[in-house]
Amino acid sequence: MAMTATAGHAHADPHHIGLVIEHPGPAPKRIVTAYGFWIFLLSDIVMFSCFFAAYAVLSGQTAGGPKGAEIFEQRNVAIETVCLLLSSFTCGMASIAADVRNRFWFYLSMTVTCVLGLIFLVLEFREFADLIARGYGPSRSAFLTAFFSLVGCHGLHVSAGVLWLLTMMAQVFAKGFRADILRRMTCFALFWHALDIVWVAVFSVVYLLGSAP
Amino acid sequence: MLGKLDWSAIPLDQPIPLVAGAVVLVAILGVLGWVVVKGHLPYLWHEWITSVDHKRIGVMYILLASVMLLRGGSDAIMMRIQQAVAYQSQGYLPPEHYNQIFSAHGTIMIFFVAMPFVIGLMNLIVPLQLGVRDVAFPTLNSVGFWLTATGALLVNISLVVGEFARTGWLAFPPLSELSYSPGVGVDYYAWSLQISGVGTLVAGINLVTTVLKLRTKGMNYLRMPMFCWTTLASNLLIVAAFPILTATLAMLLLDRYLGFHFFTNEAGGNVMMFMNLIWAWGHPEVYILVLPAFGIFSEVVSTFSGKALFGYRSMVLATMAICVVSFMVWLHHFFTMGAGPNVNAIFGIASMIIAIPTGVKIYNWLFTMYGGRIRFATPMLWSVGFMVTFLIGGLTGVLLAVPPADFILHNSMFLVAHFHNVIIGGVLFGVFAGFEYWFPKAFGFRLDERWGKAAFWFTFIGFFITFMPLYIAGMLGMTRRMQHYDVAAWRPWMIVAAVGVAVLTIGVICQIVQLVVSIRNREALRDRTGDPWDGRSLEWATSSPPPVFNFAFNPDVRGEDAYWDMKARARQQSLAHETPDYQDIEMPRNSPTGFVCAFFATIMGFALIWHIWWMVILGGLGAWATFVVFAWRDHDEYVIPAEEVARIDRSNIEERRNLVSMAGAV
Repeated sequence: MAMTATAGHAHADPHHIGLVIEHPGPAPKRIVTAYGFWIFLLSDIVMFSCFFAAYAVLSGQTAGGPKGAEIFEQRNVAIETVCLLLSSFTCGMASIAADVRNRFWFYLSMTVTCVLGLIFLVLEFREFADLIARGYGPSRSAFLTAFFSLVGCHGLHVSAGVLWLLTMMAQVFAKGFRADILRRMTCFALFWHALDIVWVAVFSVVYLLGSAP
Repeated sequence: MLGKLDWSAIPLDQPIPLVAGAVVLVAILGVLGWVVVKGHLPYLWHEWITSVDHKRIGVMYILLASVMLLRGGSDAIMMRIQQAVAYQSQGYLPPEHYNQIFSAHGTIMIFFVAMPFVIGLMNLIVPLQLGVRDVAFPTLNSVGFWLTATGALLVNISLVVGEFARTGWLAFPPLSELSYSPGVGVDYYAWSLQISGVGTLVAGINLVTTVLKLRTKGMNYLRMPMFCWTTLASNLLIVAAFPILTATLAMLLLDRYLGFHFFTNEAGGNVMMFMNLIWAWGHPEVYILVLPAFGIFSEVVSTFSGKALFGYRSMVLATMAICVVSFMVWLHHFFTMGAGPNVNAIFGIASMIIAIPTGVKIYNWLFTMYGGRIRFATPMLWSVGFMVTFLIGGLTGVLLAVPPADFILHNSMFLVAHFHNVIIGGVLFGVFAGFEYWFPKAFGFRLDERWGKAAFWFTFIGFFITFMPLYIAGMLGMTRRMQHYDVAAWRPWMIVAAVGVAVLTIGVICQIVQLVVSIRNREALRDRTGDPWDGRSLEWATSSPPPVFNFAFNPDVRGEDAYWDMKARARQQSLAHETPDYQDIEMPRNSPTGFVCAFFATIMGFALIWHIWWMVILGGLGAWATFVVFAWRDHDEYVIPAEEVARIDRSNIEERRNLVSMAGAV
């Protein structure tokens, strides 16, 4: 990037400081795409924060139903967390593989990421199904409403992520490591890591704080 | 098979929506038939519907907004007539119909008139002002537009298939919950907003990225035209606020569809949470609308005063201050709902603080005019009209920000008058100014000044006749949304307001006539130089309408008021006649992705409203498949050869040389 410092013109430099950094012009596509996706992720996190806020407001409203400590299974949640954190690592591996254009490591890392994501989803689905079977579905109380929505919203994001992951693999298979495919891969990796960060918050706010008797 | 949908959904016993629906249908079919018979369909498909050109998309946004303005305006006329006649009688609109009308009026005017109009103008102008060839994500831009159109379509389908919400434009629970609103009205409302909300978010991300990452060489932040700054602020607010709306409506829908308890009266639901969430979006929303309008006024006032904008940096600071503080005042929408005196005091003071940066702006515009050589062209009339009108609206707003006063005026006609005063006087006057100002840029000819001025005066005067009586009625204790009333003292004011609406309607008719007359006389009104108003920013540096690539060369910006600067330098150097070195230009290819995606979104939205689950899955799969097909394409750009660029650019340069040499001779 060519940054040139010039003596400022009258308008740009009213206080005659003497040094104006000239804007170098439009950023390259890779930067623009990733930047736009960052902004999307920020907006997504704003949406999550609404569900967090709703959970914070409603978590005490059990309406005679169970409290968090009575329904959370820490072993299940621990496995879920490990899966997701590991998948972030393998997703990082996939990004590196894509950068060096190594198909074998790319497919391997993406597959492992996908499997870990699926294990997470199965565990979450089993937790939900079990709760509903015991009569503790989301319509039981406002607390359960907020719990199912917040955790389910994250789960939906992971499902969308898995769908994207598979599409991404198919794209690399069909098109190779083209510039536009690599840009998409960057976005996918950002998305997957962001979901991990959100899960850390879900884990802390819902399961850790909620397990206190 | 068809969920809740059957023949009882068509309101055969209500003549008004049926006749209105029939008229709209005939109009749509007529236009479609004309397009097909005249053979314009391929042109429409290739040049507009699948276009990813930011200028075309901007124009389509504005067209959508204009059509919806007529719909929302018809609702307004019906309400004013109802309140003028419904003294000690039922009037002509039954309560359930009247409630749908005021809900639809608010929803349409905010989401499908004001939003698309400002987003359309931003789309059209911001890349030109930044000196770049397109927005950051052109195809996504098209998706955003078509999703907005989907939302508008669903709202209008509700006119004849089923019903619209009877809950007001923000659908407060518990009224909007299933137990009190069992019909499909609230579902129409919520799903249209969810779908168009995605479109708005996409537009917001796109424009933020465009402003922050795609400025031409030398376009430093503090050299951007004011409209780019307000666009940045407004779209930052979109990105931060619209997800809140999405989440809140999702919660309401979960309550209604799956028996959740976010906002119900039972099982620990919390209604006040809805108020907080919806207004945490709703208050920034009004700044999302009005900030771009402030930007338009800044451009117009500076151009038509022949001066650089007074206090540019304070204007930037004021804009960003409003951007931040707008997130800290939401509670003033429900002072009366028991937050307690300390909380009310804090939010009251925060609300008054917003008046300070706004005041800075008003003074900056006044000082820009001071000592300037002012030309009272139509855009300037709208701007001066805005300053007067918005000032009154702002002052009544500061009055409402005082909690004790709000306890008396809350939910009264005074409030109705206040927000119409700021939204019509601020946003609508702003987009009209922008429309008149940038129309020659978009289409290559000016609008007729005489009809434009007539439109301004009728709208301006009509506005005051309509809304000043509502302030008085509010002071006399009249609450909003009344289908009928028995207080004699309110009656005269309601009649005056109805007369005012008639005057406003003449204003709207003048604008339609203006458009028709201008299109007829377009040869006489032709703008050959691309700079009809002696403009100051880069959009005037290219031809009208601009070529698809906007600029043959990325302009090199050396200061504020980039184009003014260029013109001054060109005059000094009496235009060096060097032949520019034209290069090939890559532009994004057109794509039907947006249209197809919106088609599936419409199907999905309609199916969700009527609980037709197989169709929901079909629509969802279709939308996903559309994106995969889009992601699979191999060529997303096409090349405009250098000779073609040269040919297009030369004629414009010739016209401009003539202009500059003429100005030099004077």
